[in-house]
Amino acid sequence: MSRGLIIGAALSVVFVVLAALSFIWTPFDIETLNIPNKLKPPSGAHWLGTDHFGRDILSMIMMGARTSIAVALLAVGIGMAVGVPLGLLAAARHGSLLDELIMRGNDLVFAFPSLVIAILITAVFGASAVNAIIAIGIFNVPVFARLTRGAALPLWERDFILAARVCGKSAARISVEHILPNITNLMIVQGTIQFSLGILAEAALSYIGLGAQPPTASWGRMLADAQTLVSIAPHTALVPGFAILLMVLGLNLLGDGLRDWLDPRIRVARV
Amino acid sequence: MKAIKPLLTAGALALTAGLASAQTDITVAIQLEPPNLDPTGGAAQAIDSVLYSNVFEGLTRFEGDGSVVPGLAESWEISDDGTVYTFKLHDGVNFHDGTTMDAEDVKFSLDRARADDSTNAQKGLFAGITDVTVIDPLTVQVTLDGPNGMFLFNMAWGDAVIVAPESIEDIASNPVGTGAFTFADWVQGDRLELARNENYWGDAPALENATFRFISDPTAAFAAVMAEDVDVFVGFPAPENLPQFEADPRFQVLVGNTEGETILSTNNKMPPFDNKLVRQAVAHAIDRQAIIDGAMFGLGTPIGTHFAPHNPDYVDLLANSPYDPAKAKELLAEAGFADGFTTTLKLPPPSYARRGGEIIASQLREVGIQAEISNLEWAQWIEEVFKGKDFGLSIVSHTEPMDIGIYANPDYYFQYDNPDFQALMEELNATTDPAGRSDLLAKAQTIISEDYVNGYLFELAVATVAKAGVQGLWVNQPTAAVDLTVVSWAE
Repeated sequence: MSRGLIIGAALSVVFVVLAALSFIWTPFDIETLNIPNKLKPPSGAHWLGTDHFGRDILSMIMMGARTSIAVALLAVGIGMAVGVPLGLLAAARHGSLLDELIMRGNDLVFAFPSLVIAILITAVFGASAVNAIIAIGIFNVPVFARLTRGAALPLWERDFILAARVCGKSAARISVEHILPNITNLMIVQGTIQFSLGILAEAALSYIGLGAQPPTASWGRMLADAQTLVSIAPHTALVPGFAILLMVLGLNLLGDGLRDWLDPRIRVARV
Repeated sequence: MKAIKPLLTAGALALTAGLASAQTDITVAIQLEPPNLDPTGGAAQAIDSVLYSNVFEGLTRFEGDGSVVPGLAESWEISDDGTVYTFKLHDGVNFHDGTTMDAEDVKFSLDRARADDSTNAQKGLFAGITDVTVIDPLTVQVTLDGPNGMFLFNMAWGDAVIVAPESIEDIASNPVGTGAFTFADWVQGDRLELARNENYWGDAPALENATFRFISDPTAAFAAVMAEDVDVFVGFPAPENLPQFEADPRFQVLVGNTEGETILSTNNKMPPFDNKLVRQAVAHAIDRQAIIDGAMFGLGTPIGTHFAPHNPDYVDLLANSPYDPAKAKELLAEAGFADGFTTTLKLPPPSYARRGGEIIASQLREVGIQAEISNLEWAQWIEEVFKGKDFGLSIVSHTEPMDIGIYANPDYYFQYDNPDFQALMEELNATTDPAGRSDLLAKAQTIISEDYVNGYLFELAVATVAKAGVQGLWVNQPTAAVDLTVVSWAE
């Protein structure tokens, strides 16, 4: 295992544990504001200080991690659940009109800058965490559809698939029983990368006020709130900024490491 | 080398000379850009901020302290029954296009503003006028349908400025008034420029050129002032940054009051807010000081009714709704909502609303009311809340001066319908005697406070940040205005 993989996994686990812990315990209740205690620098009681409403920033980061992870996970889930079957179908019907329709449809979604789609969706249907999930999920679909089709096409030429076809298995069964297991590694790696992009997208949407609405904590909104406070209470901006940076860095290192670790060709070369 | 030295000395001399004579141009930033430049046709405050008293003048005008003084009318006489006002106009006043300002222009302006097809945003100001008659070129007589103690005050509003029939067609893009500055240029989205009117009838202003810039983003506003890109910022949007400017000798910070009653607007027709007990519970659930400290960083005066605390007729009614969450819970239980209820809290963009909304939502949660926050842009807010009345709660600052009369309009967005209050307002409009008016205004304030029509939060403060050398700026905002006629640079 590479060092990047270990660092990446460690960073990711830290945030996942913080998020999981927030379900049962946070140092302070973030729904109760304590205005007289606002903008306190880090101290023994408040390890990361307090924000402009006197809330404990560590607790906010924990609750924010939960929001980020939940939104990104569900969004990647949507992308996979829709994109992978579409890609398998397109590969199975390679060269047909259906293949063209699916892939050109994907191109259409892909042609829009992802954040612009997300802004469009949340602007039309209202700003909420659910709409942010749907918005980020939609631009994950073509990523997975393309990747699946691209990986599945060469497999269809392989002998073991030919054998399966000779045995009379339907295209659908072959896709599920033979193609899918062979591209799982790729999906895991891409999923990790998309997950980190999802975290960034959620932060961006929340930053412009289109993500999770208060009182739900969100790293992007913490940054937006801290914008005018940078010069008087820098920790209010630095903490959520670093949280986003470390989480995304961790996931990218994890994704890269996983790719190297899971890729059979590289693994063979290493042996 | 020897030849250069005298040149250098001359240069240094020129520099000192430049420093000695005061600067005559100024760059003023405000938050919002005016949508057009017609103060008699648009409701946007930004129009008045740029043009009031600078480009356009009315018969009377506001001073920085809120008093009403003669403007284009140098004097007036009021008939004994209080219904006929005879204005004597200043002689020798010209519009910027060279045409003279006379009684015909006054008649034109007032008749235009009160016409059926008028788009004036404050038509109510002119509602009592039954006739405007030109006596001679410098005398004009205005007849009212009854005595109106507010008439001279009304004529000082930006919506009542005097315009000319010759230049009215292009007023929205090329405003022509009688003021000390002429409109020079407007680069939409960037800046608006004014130049000194060399033929001004009154005292010539010290400034030769003025540039308005429009910066609504708090971070950009902070950067622009810090970098000295602007000389003055009227209505600085980030109160949290003010201590930094105060500590910096390059700047001065002026904090004044406005006519903005910031309220938790409550939809009085929407259940459960049609129940007075529920509204009272909300009033007791609110901790005003926490909102002022948390949302405005301490700027603002708590209010207990819809009236400006600096007004001599203000009655302190804070005792009607002290912060008392236990009592709020009792009242909710009495109203049949022991387990609380869920409602909407729709917030426009200013930070008093967005931050104040989070604080209020948290305070309401304490007593069991779940207020779901949705953040709206101004256009959406006007559509959904102000026109559509589709809201439970909202937060907004009512910046019009002396606007308690809105409670007499049952169709106004918070939909308060109380015939007693409406009768009281009619009585008030017909009363000119100051003591009688004070009594009636006190009664009116008490009725709405005891009916808990809205949650009364605080009187909005306005912060002006300026370079240390700028003098003559308005501290308070009795009306939306950046009056540059008396502004100058210290030498």
